Amino acid sequence: AFKAAVLIQQWYRRHVARLEMRRRCTWRIFQSIEYACEQDQIKLHNFFSYLMDQFTPSSSKERDFISRMFITGESYKEAELEKYCDYESIEVPDSYTGPHLSFPLVPDHATALLEAYQQKQQLHARYVLNLLHETRKHLKQLPNISHVSTCYSEEVTVCGDLHGQLDDLFLIFYKNGLPSPSKSYVFNGDFVDRGKQSLEILVILFTFLLIYPKEVHLNRGNHEDHMVNLRYGFTKEVMQKYKVHGKKILKMFQNVFCWLPLGTLIDQKVLIIHGGISETTDLDMLEKIQRDKFISVLRLKKRKESRRKPEIQAINGESESGTDVAGDEAAPRLSLQPQTAQAPSTANRLEFSRWLRQTVQEQINTCRRLVDISESEPEELTYSSMVSLKDVDEPCWTRQEEWKQILDVLWSDPMPQEGCRENKVRGGGCYFGPDVTEKFLEKYSLQFLIRSHECKQEGYEFCHNRKVLTIFSASNYYEIGSNRGAYVKLGPDLIPHFVQYQANKTAHMLTMTQRQGFPVALISRVEESAFRALREKLFAHTSALISAFKAYDGDNTGRITLSNWATAVESVLRLGLPWRMLRPQLVRSTEDGMLEYKSWLDDLAMEQRSQEHIQSSLLEVIYRNRSNLETIFRIIDRDHSGLISFEEFQQTWKVFSSHMNIELTDDGINDLVRSIDFNKDGNIDFNEFLEAFRLVKQCP
Amino acid sequence: LVAEIEKKITEAFEVFDRESNKTVDVREIGCIVRSLGCFPNEAEVQELLAQIEVEEPGGFVHLESFLPVMTKVLLDRRFRPIPEDVILHAFEALDENKCGYITKEDLVKHLTEE
Repeated sequence: AFKAAVLIQQWYRRHVARLEMRRRCTWRIFQSIEYACEQDQIKLHNFFSYLMDQFTPSSSKERDFISRMFITGESYKEAELEKYCDYESIEVPDSYTGPHLSFPLVPDHATALLEAYQQKQQLHARYVLNLLHETRKHLKQLPNISHVSTCYSEEVTVCGDLHGQLDDLFLIFYKNGLPSPSKSYVFNGDFVDRGKQSLEILVILFTFLLIYPKEVHLNRGNHEDHMVNLRYGFTKEVMQKYKVHGKKILKMFQNVFCWLPLGTLIDQKVLIIHGGISETTDLDMLEKIQRDKFISVLRLKKRKESRRKPEIQAINGESESGTDVAGDEAAPRLSLQPQTAQAPSTANRLEFSRWLRQTVQEQINTCRRLVDISESEPEELTYSSMVSLKDVDEPCWTRQEEWKQILDVLWSDPMPQEGCRENKVRGGGCYFGPDVTEKFLEKYSLQFLIRSHECKQEGYEFCHNRKVLTIFSASNYYEIGSNRGAYVKLGPDLIPHFVQYQANKTAHMLTMTQRQGFPVALISRVEESAFRALREKLFAHTSALISAFKAYDGDNTGRITLSNWATAVESVLRLGLPWRMLRPQLVRSTEDGMLEYKSWLDDLAMEQRSQEHIQSSLLEVIYRNRSNLETIFRIIDRDHSGLISFEEFQQTWKVFSSHMNIELTDDGINDLVRSIDFNKDGNIDFNEFLEAFRLVKQCP
Repeated sequence: LVAEIEKKITEAFEVFDRESNKTVDVREIGCIVRSLGCFPNEAEVQELLAQIEVEEPGGFVHLESFLPVMTKVLLDRRFRPIPEDVILHAFEALDENKCGYITKEDLVKHLTEE
């Protein structure tokens, strides 16, 4: 009998081990794809570098088009902002059944909002704008690093990334209670993007911020940045929900995000920032920077230039604040450098190229990565009277150093190895090791760091010898059942207590069955999703894969060994995944351990293809570059209408395909275009375009 | 063939390598061995561990120590899967009342009896 029992145990353990392996592989897949996507930002940037370096426009239209890509938008001074994003003129119709806000806000407003959002109502644009104006006013008074003390409110609750997942915020409030004079909260950034209810989360957080200014603290995350929002969904969400006033709302958000504090310090002992630190992180500098100067930490354009249209002030996403308190302009108007010529108005290709090159040449060398330096010195570093310096010293650092400080704090990730190196995966910030943490904590007499920025399966994770805590509050981030969310509570003893949760009934049910010992259902579901994403990625690299396979198939038999398959796939995709472990899920049929790669790739293509008459290589390119394409479209679509003209679309496509070295005939483009629904005036609704090719991720 | 086996082992190892420094917790070794297709019982896992150097403190196993031992296991085809009918018999042997299932307590009892 004992023997029998042992056998069963053997079998069972093997079963559990396999499940564990599958679970971890699935996690790896999601994570590697997520980070690879962030790498796409780098590719996007390379694309723009290419435009600047090599592309010579062949018509004045093309020239206009390209220069438009480089002028990222207008900056607004305070008064202009109030005028443009004015809300008072917006009337709230009697038919509106949602909550009404009046200022100053009181707790009843918050409750009304929570109830309204639970019933899927929407706050009227007027109130949104009003709220944003008030929020901005409030945030401006706050220092770069908020100070919290546990002797006032006994416990502080710290939450991590929410990413538009309203259900998780509701769950946190349900389990932990609403913010109140006896309940302090710190929200550590990344409130928006990816999830579908980023707006609602912001409205709720800002409301509580204004009602309980002493108890609620918000830190800026790397997603509180309009350049990132273009790609990851927030911009789209706002425009969809507020068709008439969306643009104003987005503009206001830009000007609110830049005023979010960069970090929070609890009892002078625990520092909370969104990303991490680097070996050059300097708290004193951080406290003195004019944080609002950095509307976006990512830039496409580097220089202020181009007075082609006088009202467009060339900016690098920088506001010209510092004018309000003084009343007049304290900061000088951006002055053109003498050698920066106006963009030539004649259709002279050479001159245009030269102009482009002149204006961006300095920057181009340093902007091989997406994150790059801001404009150079001629602009004065005038500190307005609003920012009072603690010491009387003149700031002795450059704008570039300031920018790096912010970048590191918002984008860095901890790593197990010692040292500090560039975070090439994300394209911004650093990887910092335990030695960097140690030195930093010692320098400022801190006990530990709390940060977010990375999804963790249990919702939280310690590293660096428990000196760094990652807290992540968006459950089911990759897929239903993929991970828990968590928040952490700190009392005066500063000992962390964790609460974990998982939103969504289905996930809950699945976790229940998990407890009863049937985790297979849960894992299968998540796994399916991961492999679907992976197969898509493989398809997107079809041509490269074929070349790689051919290299192993010298005799041109059409077959390769599975071992070579694994090596080849990794060399193309570079995701660092355990391909041999994943193989059974990706490759169905093999003969004698050999794979017929052409038919395998064809099978992959069949799953993805939606339009037969589109050339398959074209489809592949679209797939591979879809998030870049989408971002480019959004940049071109300056009024956020979701429409770009047919010509702009053609030009975008042409430029893009020449960069990607694709053969594309005019017929090819026309085919593409014909498959899109033109509804009006030769405008393309690029949302429809992307969705037609199933390029937009459908939510489950 | 050996190279291919080593690659496979390395891949499986790395999935459990939390810190990406070529070490895993010693408690995960059983899991890794099993996910490579082996069916050792607990005693056999312990035997295997005895052959591998475990680094103290912390109880870590380095890939370098694990690789040769595991390669041999796979080459020798040790701990082969249990055929289904054998497992079925095992269940039947323990299911005295012929109800079609056994309880966790029963299993535990039998495992701890000896």
